[in-house]
Amino acid sequence: MPTVNINVNGQDLSAEVEERQLLVHFLRDDMDLTGTHVGCDTSQCGACVVHLEGKAVKSCTMLAVQANGKNITTIEGIADGDNLHPVQEAFRDHHGLQCGFCTPGMIMAAIDIINRKPNLDEKIVREELEGNLCRCTGYQNIVKSILAAANK
Amino acid sequence: MYNFIYEKVNTIKEVEKLLSENEETKILAGGQTLIPTMKQRLASPSTLIDISGIDELNFINDNGNSVTIGSTVTHHEVSSSDIVMNKIPSLASLAEGIGDPHVRNMGTIGGSIANNDPTADYPTACLSLNAKIKTNNREINAEDFFIGLFETALEENEIVVSIEFNIPKKSSYMKFPNPASRYAMAGVYVSVFDDAVNVAVTGASENGVFKWTEMEEALSSNLSLENAKNIKLSSDGVMSDIHADSAYRANLVDIMALRAVENLI
Ligand SMILES: Cc1cc2nc3c(=O)[nH]c(=O)nc-3n(C[C@H](O)[C@H](O)[C@H](O)COP(=O)(O)OP(=O)(O)OC[C@H]3O[C@@H](n4cnc5c(N)ncnc54)[C@H](O)[C@@H]3O)c2cc1C
Ligand code: FES
Ligand code: FES
Repeated sequence: MPTVNINVNGQDLSAEVEERQLLVHFLRDDMDLTGTHVGCDTSQCGACVVHLEGKAVKSCTMLAVQANGKNITTIEGIADGDNLHPVQEAFRDHHGLQCGFCTPGMIMAAIDIINRKPNLDEKIVREELEGNLCRCTGYQNIVKSILAAANK
Repeated sequence: MYNFIYEKVNTIKEVEKLLSENEETKILAGGQTLIPTMKQRLASPSTLIDISGIDELNFINDNGNSVTIGSTVTHHEVSSSDIVMNKIPSLASLAEGIGDPHVRNMGTIGGSIANNDPTADYPTACLSLNAKIKTNNREINAEDFFIGLFETALEENEIVVSIEFNIPKKSSYMKFPNPASRYAMAGVYVSVFDDAVNVAVTGASENGVFKWTEMEEALSSNLSLENAKNIKLSSDGVMSDIHADSAYRANLVDIMALRAVENLI
């Protein structure tokens, strides 16, 4: 089995993986980072979104070997100790989640949106959330949370 | 997904060598089509060659009259490239309309055209902008490249190196995205050059992307909404599925063409 060297949440890791192992299973099953979820397993829902070199990607649609030599950030890696990341805090303050299943992917997508788009408005946020599905909230408070975080 | 051998390479030469050694080898670019297909066991290559690290495939060049884009350039990189935004803004906005941000961060232009999905966006840009597709062996005109559903002129051992798009006087791409997948249910790319107006259509035909010659003739004589309104796409040979039957889809194509023309006058 090939060996991969991946920096996950600031930590250099070295591990043997099967070629066909998806990045999301490497993170959840091998690294015990179960914050990244599998919703659809068909590249539609965005529950599995992590950052690869700072950019949002679907970890169910990527092989662990493709991440060799790269930096990965998951939902576990964004808070600063006990201090939540501003986007996490905004989701808490604005009730941006209900069951919470979509939330890790939503937050990783939201950070990427805020990084890329300097002047966010509601229309842009809704368009940018194209790849993230939520079955509970109706998106209203997710959009509100992202706009609040962007304006902080 | 069945297992396979994974090879990450740094040069086109290495790709050629690996492709010639084994028929069951496939190229992996962004993986946004290939990995879902392999998960469903609709493809089971014995070897995957990851080309995403090949520097000679990753560039965007402004050549004055044309723009050349390397095959591993991602949709996000195309949509945010200053060169593309300035020279062919409709191409940048086409790229921005593909799938969702996460797909755009991984998916590549070369992967999209090599796959030639009948509802993909980039093939219209290639036809409408008279693109030349450069492979490791030769140069293929877009009109000869897209052959049918998921079928291209690429040979077994051939890889897409880059795509050269001519810069039009003006151009516009309008698509009606499938509300779930964002693939085109109808997409029309209209480009105006000094000597011609080119119109390419995706998402509609049972044979994949095509040039809509009746519309081209009508618009070449005079680029006007009236002329565009006089031309209707026949629903013969137009795809029919749970999302849209052929008459509805043909009508969507008419409407997308009108919207594209409206943008240009
Ligand atoms: C949720 C979702 C939504 C999407 N929505 C859209 C959409 O709205 N519009 C749209 O057009 N597309 C859409 N796509 C497809 C997306 O654009 C893919 O990125 C693209 O089709 C394939 O590019 P890739 O780099 O991911 O290729 P891969 O998946 O890596 O490869 C695809 C195929 O091309 C071959 N290949 C790749 N690169 C080369 C090369 N340089 N030379 C020869 N062969 C090569 C591979 O062997 C494989 O057979 C969507 C995908 C997903 C998952
Ligand atoms: S689990 Fe990856 S997109 Fe749904
Ligand atoms: S909060 Fe339940 S799926 Fe989004």
